[in-house]
Amino acid sequence: MITIYSAKKIVTMNPARPEATHVAVRDGRIIGTGALAELEGFGAGTLDDRFANKVIMPGFIEGHSHAVEGKWWRYVYCGFFDRMDPHGKVWSGVETIDAVVERLKQRDEAMTDPETPIAGWSIDPIYFAEKQLTRKDLDRVSTKRPIGIMHASGHIMNVNTRALELAGFLREGIDNGGLPLGDDGLPTGELRGPDVMMPVGAHAGFDSNMLDFDEPGLLDFGKLCVRTGVTTATDLAARLTDEIVGIGIDVTSRDNFPVRLSAYRFHHGLTPKELVRQVMNLTEKSTDRFRLGRIKIVADGSIQGFTARINPPGYYNGAPNGLWYIAPEQMLEIYELALQNNIQVHTHTNGDEATDLAIDMLEKALQKFPSNDHRFTIQHGQLVNAAQFRRMAKLGFCVNHFANHHFYWGDEHYQFTVGPERAERMNPCRTALDNNIPLAIHSDAPITPIGPLFTAWCAVNRITGSGRVQGHHERITVDEALYAITMGAAYTLQMDHEIGSIEAGKRADFAVLEDDPTEAEPFALRDIGVWGTVQDGRVFDASQL
Amino acid sequence: MSGAPSRTVEYLMQVSSEVSPMSVSADGSPLPVTIVGGYLGSGKTTLINQILNKASGRRYAVLVNDFGELAIDAQLIESEDGNVINLSGGCVCCSYGNDLTSAMMELDTSAIDQVVIEASGVALPGAIAGSLSLLTSYTLSSIVVLADCVTVQSHASDKYLADTIARQLASADLILLNKTDLLDESQLVQKKDWVRSNYQSARCVATSHADYPVDLFLTEHTSRDVNQCDKTNDSETHLTSVYTTFKLEVKDKYNVQQLAANLAETEPGLLRVKGFARDLSGQMQLIQIVGRRWNVRPAPVSAKEGIVCIGLSADNLCSEGVSARAGLI
Repeated sequence: MITIYSAKKIVTMNPARPEATHVAVRDGRIIGTGALAELEGFGAGTLDDRFANKVIMPGFIEGHSHAVEGKWWRYVYCGFFDRMDPHGKVWSGVETIDAVVERLKQRDEAMTDPETPIAGWSIDPIYFAEKQLTRKDLDRVSTKRPIGIMHASGHIMNVNTRALELAGFLREGIDNGGLPLGDDGLPTGELRGPDVMMPVGAHAGFDSNMLDFDEPGLLDFGKLCVRTGVTTATDLAARLTDEIVGIGIDVTSRDNFPVRLSAYRFHHGLTPKELVRQVMNLTEKSTDRFRLGRIKIVADGSIQGFTARINPPGYYNGAPNGLWYIAPEQMLEIYELALQNNIQVHTHTNGDEATDLAIDMLEKALQKFPSNDHRFTIQHGQLVNAAQFRRMAKLGFCVNHFANHHFYWGDEHYQFTVGPERAERMNPCRTALDNNIPLAIHSDAPITPIGPLFTAWCAVNRITGSGRVQGHHERITVDEALYAITMGAAYTLQMDHEIGSIEAGKRADFAVLEDDPTEAEPFALRDIGVWGTVQDGRVFDASQL
Repeated sequence: MSGAPSRTVEYLMQVSSEVSPMSVSADGSPLPVTIVGGYLGSGKTTLINQILNKASGRRYAVLVNDFGELAIDAQLIESEDGNVINLSGGCVCCSYGNDLTSAMMELDTSAIDQVVIEASGVALPGAIAGSLSLLTSYTLSSIVVLADCVTVQSHASDKYLADTIARQLASADLILLNKTDLLDESQLVQKKDWVRSNYQSARCVATSHADYPVDLFLTEHTSRDVNQCDKTNDSETHLTSVYTTFKLEVKDKYNVQQLAANLAETEPGLLRVKGFARDLSGQMQLIQIVGRRWNVRPAPVSAKEGIVCIGLSADNLCSEGVSARAGLI
C-alpha cells in the first residue's frame, strides 16, 4: 500500500532533488519524492495531508548517545538549564542552591517512607553564585534519607550527611583527594571521581551499572527521540550482557517503539580477542531496530575531569596529565582484529594525545590489514588539531564532535582546563570539513540533552553558557550542520545507504518540523518546533506519546 | 619455589593469624588487599596464576580486569558464573571490567582471608590504593609492581607510556624485575641499577617467570598458633637458597613505629619482616613489612617478642648487621 505525504516543504538532503512537496512511502520505505503527479506513476495510493503545514526532513541521527537517559529521568532533574523529560514536561533550570533544595523537598514530601533515598542529576554548581554546595545544604531536605545529586558532567556528586554516614565516610582523618574536607575535618559531601562516587552513590539510590538501560528506561528514551526528531540513535558504550541484549531486542521490536538503536560494545573487561569474538557473535543477534556488531573503545578520560590525555603544554591549571583507559598494544590489537573481521570501531578520545594514539595505531593496523572503507570514527575528539585531521583524512577516519560542549562547559575550558587558545579550537567542525573528514556532531546524552537541532545550533553558533562566541573560525553553516545530523551521522554508523536522506529506496524515516531549518536564522535553529517523527513508515506524534 | 609452602612461610602465616584476625566476618576489622600492577607483558598474570593454583589453605579473592590469559588448573575450578570463578579451597576469582569499586563493594568478604587485585596494564596502583582507602572493609597490605626487564626502560621513555610507567613503579613497595632469563649478567646489573636509582621507595628483586615466593607478600592471616616464634631459626633452609631468613633479638622496649621504619629502610634491603616488639608503654605490637611498606598494630599480650627477616642471600644479610642498622642494638 502506498501512502503519499504532502508537506509544506520536504528538505531531502539528496543533492539530486534537494526539495520536494511530496514523498511516497510503501512498506516502510521511500519509493519517491517530488510533485504529486510524479509519484502517482507508482500506482494508486492514499494521499495523507496531515503534514501539509509541516516541514519534513530526514529523521535525525544521534551518533553518540546513551539510551540510559530514559532511566536517569527517574532521578530528580536539578540542572541549571531547562530540559524536557520523556513525557514532554519541561523542567525549569534551578539557578540557586535554595532552588535545588526546594526541588528536592518536593520529591521528599511526595514520598511516604522517610528513609528511602533520593537521587538527583545534572546539577552544575559552577553556575551558582555560592559555587560551593555542601552536605549541609542537602541536609535541609532530609537528615533521615540519603540524598545524592550527580553533576551534569557525570564526574562529581554531592551527597547529604546521611549518605556519607551510611557509606562510612562521616569520619575524621580521611585523606583522599576525591573527598574534600570542611573546617570541621569531615567530608563536605562533595565526591570527586567515580571511585568515590560509587560507594556513596549506591546508598543514595544510584544504580551501580550507570550505563545499562532497562525496559521502562528504553521506552522513555524512545519518547525523547520522537520529541527531538530522532529516528536512529546510538547506545555508544554498552556492556551488552545477555540480559541487556534481550531487553534491547524485545523493546525495539515492539510496534510502538520509534527508534532504530545501534549499540556499540565497549572494550572494558575483555581481552581484544574475546571482545572481537563476542562482538562477532552479537552480530548474529542483530535485528533491524537493534543493531549489534560494532566496538567502542575508550582511550582516555574527560577534559573537565582532568583525566583526558593531552599533549604539551598540558592542562591550563597545571593539573597532571590524565589517564589511559587502554594500553597502546591493546588498541592496536583490537584495530587489527576488527579490520581483519570487518568490524567497525569507534574510539573515544578527548585529549589530543589520545587522538594521536588512535591515529598511530590505525596507521599501523591498516598496513597489516588494509581496508578501503572501514569508517573507524573518533568520538568527541575535542582537541583534534589540523595536523591530526590531515593524517586522519589519509587514513579514512571519521569524526563525531561534541558540539554541545561549548554551550555547557565552554567557559570552564576557557578559564581552567585548556585555556583560551585551545578552548577556541575545541570540537573544530570547520577544520574537519575543510580536511574532508566525514563529520557528525553529538549530545552524548544524558551528559547533555539529546536534540540534534540544538546540537546543530551549537556547531553553527559556538555560544558558551555565558553567551560568548568561542572560536568564530570553527563555526559551520546551517546546511553543513543539518548534513552532520543526518547524512554525516548515517555515514559514521555505516547506514548512509539506508537512512540520512529522503530518496527512493531509503527508510521512511522523517523528522516532522514546524518550520524550515534551512530558512531559519542561524540563531533560531534550536527554537524550531518538532511535531514528531515517522520511523520505518510509522507515524509518531510527539503530543500523543 | 614450588610445592608446599616452606616452614618459614608457614611461620609467617602463623604469626599474624592469631594476632590480627582481620576478616570482616570475624570482628569487623578490614581485609588486607594486595595490589599487583605493571604494564602489559610484565608477568602479572603469571604471578596471579601462581596464587590461584597454589592451594595454600588461605582463601583469596583475586580480582582481575579480565579472565584473558588466566590459566587456572581445571581441576581446581568448582563453578563458573559469568564474572566469577569459584575454586576449590575457598578461593574466588572475579573479573571487574571497568568498575573495580563496585566489584569490591559487591564482594562477599565473609569467607575470604585476603584480596588480591590485578590492576590493568595502564592502571595506576597508587590511584587504586587511594580509592581503597575509602572502603572501610579493606586495608592496603602492599603494592607489588612487575616490570619486564627487557622493555621497561624503553616503555619508561615511550611517548605515550612514560608517565604511566613511572607512576606505576613509583607507587610500588616491591618491584619484581621480571624476565631476567632474557638478559645476561651485565645487562641485568644495569637494569637493576636503573630501577633502584629511579624508584627508591621500593625494594627491587630480579625474577624470571614471575617466580617469587608469593607468600612473602601474601601472608596477612590464617588461623593457626601464634606461639611458634621459636621454631624459625631452623626454617630458612625451606626457602630456596636465593633467600635468607634470620631472626632479630628483641628484648627492650622501643619506639616501635620508628623501629619498623628503620627496618624498612635498612640497606641492603629486607623483603619481608614480621614479628613482635614492645612499645615504650610496654604494649606488644605487631610489625609487618612488605618491600618498603611498614605497618604496626597492637598485638595480644601472649605474643612473644622476636622479629623474623627475609632478604636475598646475595645481599649477605645477617642478624647483627640488620639489628645495628635498625637501631636495635
